[in-house]
Amino acid sequence: MITKLKYAIAAGTFAIAAALAPHAAEADTMTIVSWGGAYSKSQLRAYHEPYMKKNPGVKIINDESSAEAVAKLRAMAEAKNTTWDVVDVVAADAIRLCDEGLAMTIDPDKHLAKAPDGTPASKDFGDLLVSECFIPQIVYSTTFGYRTNVKEWGSKEPKDVCAVFDTKNFPGKRSLEKRPVNNLEWALLCDGVAPNKVYNVLGTPAGIDQALKKLATIKDHIIWWSAGAETPQRLADGQIVMGSTYNGRLFSVIEEQKQPVKMLWDWQVFDLDGWIIPAGLSDARKKRALDYVKFATDTQRLADQAKYISYGPARKSSAPLVGKHADLGIDMAPHMPTDPKNAKTTLLYNYEFWADNRDDIDAKFQAWLTK
Amino acid sequence: MSDLQTADGPLLAADGTSLKASISRALRRQKIRALLLVAPLFLFICITFLAPIADMLFRSVENNIVPETLPQTTQAIQAWDPKSGEAPGEAVYAALYADLKVAVKARNHTKVASRLNYETPGIASLFRKSGRRIKKMKDGNYKEQFLKMDKNWGKLFVWETIHRFSGPYTSGYFLSSVDAEKTSEGVLLKPEDERLYLYLLWRTMLLSVVITITCVLLGYPIAYILADLPLRTSNLLMILVLLPFWTSLLVRTSSWIVLLQEQGVINDFLVMLGIIDDQSRLTLMYNETGTVIAMTHILLPFMILPLFSVMKTVSPSYMRAAKSLGASDWTAFWRVYFPNTIPGIGAGGVLVFILAIGYYITPELVGGTSGIFISNRIAYHISSSLNWGLGAALGVMLLGVVLVMYFIYDKIVGIDNVKLG
Repeated sequence: MITKLKYAIAAGTFAIAAALAPHAAEADTMTIVSWGGAYSKSQLRAYHEPYMKKNPGVKIINDESSAEAVAKLRAMAEAKNTTWDVVDVVAADAIRLCDEGLAMTIDPDKHLAKAPDGTPASKDFGDLLVSECFIPQIVYSTTFGYRTNVKEWGSKEPKDVCAVFDTKNFPGKRSLEKRPVNNLEWALLCDGVAPNKVYNVLGTPAGIDQALKKLATIKDHIIWWSAGAETPQRLADGQIVMGSTYNGRLFSVIEEQKQPVKMLWDWQVFDLDGWIIPAGLSDARKKRALDYVKFATDTQRLADQAKYISYGPARKSSAPLVGKHADLGIDMAPHMPTDPKNAKTTLLYNYEFWADNRDDIDAKFQAWLTK
Repeated sequence: MSDLQTADGPLLAADGTSLKASISRALRRQKIRALLLVAPLFLFICITFLAPIADMLFRSVENNIVPETLPQTTQAIQAWDPKSGEAPGEAVYAALYADLKVAVKARNHTKVASRLNYETPGIASLFRKSGRRIKKMKDGNYKEQFLKMDKNWGKLFVWETIHRFSGPYTSGYFLSSVDAEKTSEGVLLKPEDERLYLYLLWRTMLLSVVITITCVLLGYPIAYILADLPLRTSNLLMILVLLPFWTSLLVRTSSWIVLLQEQGVINDFLVMLGIIDDQSRLTLMYNETGTVIAMTHILLPFMILPLFSVMKTVSPSYMRAAKSLGASDWTAFWRVYFPNTIPGIGAGGVLVFILAIGYYITPELVGGTSGIFISNRIAYHISSSLNWGLGAALGVMLLGVVLVMYFIYDKIVGIDNVKLG
């Protein structure tokens, strides 16, 4: 009896020790945080698998926490125990993390690979290096999809983004993201503000009122979304007739699930997604994270990702290498948001403006929403 | 007996010490043992429950980052009078230069900028820009150089913000949480189009009360049937109550989305029966209705279980006695049975209300814009805007509301009148 008890205690102690000591395994596992779904799968196939093949000792663990990465990184930093090695975030979050000192600064020319023709990384990424902590990976866009078989529309088809505000010709519910970013810009554009003046107008209280007033004209027809999967789901269900979401999600609704949905590229808003490395990693982990990031953002790897998902590579030198979809076999270039045919009218997410005004405008937007 | 009870000395125990001391020693030993038994749980609660709450309470007033990152500036600016209508003098700019130089090296300037940007938009980019350019600044004539770098450095609102938030503690978060702000004319309510939190708090309370009442109305008959049926049948039916209770919250919420949406099961069914027109489908979700329906379902077990266990203790002979004395079914129920179950309603009601007031996942998914709670804004500030101070202040407000409700409940119904079984 006693010996049995001893065994049980010993086993229990081991179990506790094993649970408390994730660091024992630190040497060969690396936690990479991303968004999950089709996006993580594309990273797994384009980056993780080749990297693990090249470095047999390293095991990559995929964590799907990017949506709450900012808060979690801050909590980890306060607890002084950062367990993540590389984190995939949107550029606006990267700027916030960099401001808060939670992400490490990167010197593109020192830490990132050169283009095949020898162009330094800082030139190859160009303007997309929007923060000194941010390593761009893809260009994605937030744009509209609409159903092609709406009875009430007759033979009419939306041509531009202002169709969203036109409930007379295009009746039905629309879904928009439950935040001011992008929606206010579209509202102003359709209220007759010149594209190059949008942020000047939005920077004034009267401009915000003007945008909210325009949005109010369709407020009863809007279903708000907060997760990227909601609009595609609602489009497929017929719950809405048009809605904004990320272009890659629409691609999979249209090309993979063959739903009667079309893209409305007009005034798509470009945004960036990429890597950051958390601040305060041990030297060994930092070195490995940098090694991974250098590999995963080289010209070929970025082009490879486009085989699995319709987001544009962030390097100029990757664009000519974009080929066909790995499973569907269709040409990917015409589905990229950056393709000249799709990018006739575009906005680029104004990082500086939103970093300054997001909290303030968000308060107004939320107050408007709840009324 | 006789050798214990001496005529005039104190009572003595068998070993000759005073009986009083002996008893208290025995009691003390017992108390220590009891304390030791409780100690692990007590410590656990202190570390995992009380300490985080205290930490959160503290965050809602803490403002250390400003005086710590800008020690000289916050000191120098005390001499400046915001009512003078002019930007401060050279000394303050020199202090700012010295502080920024240190802060940029430690990469702290953007942290303090994010903090001040919560109060006044525009400060974040001002600090970020200045951080980039400070290396190029020369000694002397700081005011001129700062103004040349960005004319906002000469604006009053920047300095007013720094002046107002120069102390280690701030009431700014709490003021924001009640839609007020400190201005140069004192504490004022924010402009109409920015007021949000008081209204949200009111709605959270209102919807929570509605949810609690619906839970009582729906839960009472179910609990009554369960308590009234023979044990075998009631155990079987109890599984029907518990099964949803054990199912994941997200699964239950998503199934309500399937049922309630405009192209959903309920609407399709009503259209099929011809009760409503295809064009005028009911909007059952993305509004308060959705929140109330889904949350009532989710919280119903918390009402049924305490009610059931209280009803089990009400002896059927009471009802028989009432009826044999001539009471009608209704009178017997209303005058005898119902008063006996009030402790169960109280327990269930308090439980459901307190759980409802802090819910945010279900309102987020089915609440649209008119069905969200104040906790959705807390979640936003904790996880998205990183304004933990404001999140904490809102949390404190919610905690305060719960305590006030508890106090009122205690005054009206009496907290001893709550029974979980």
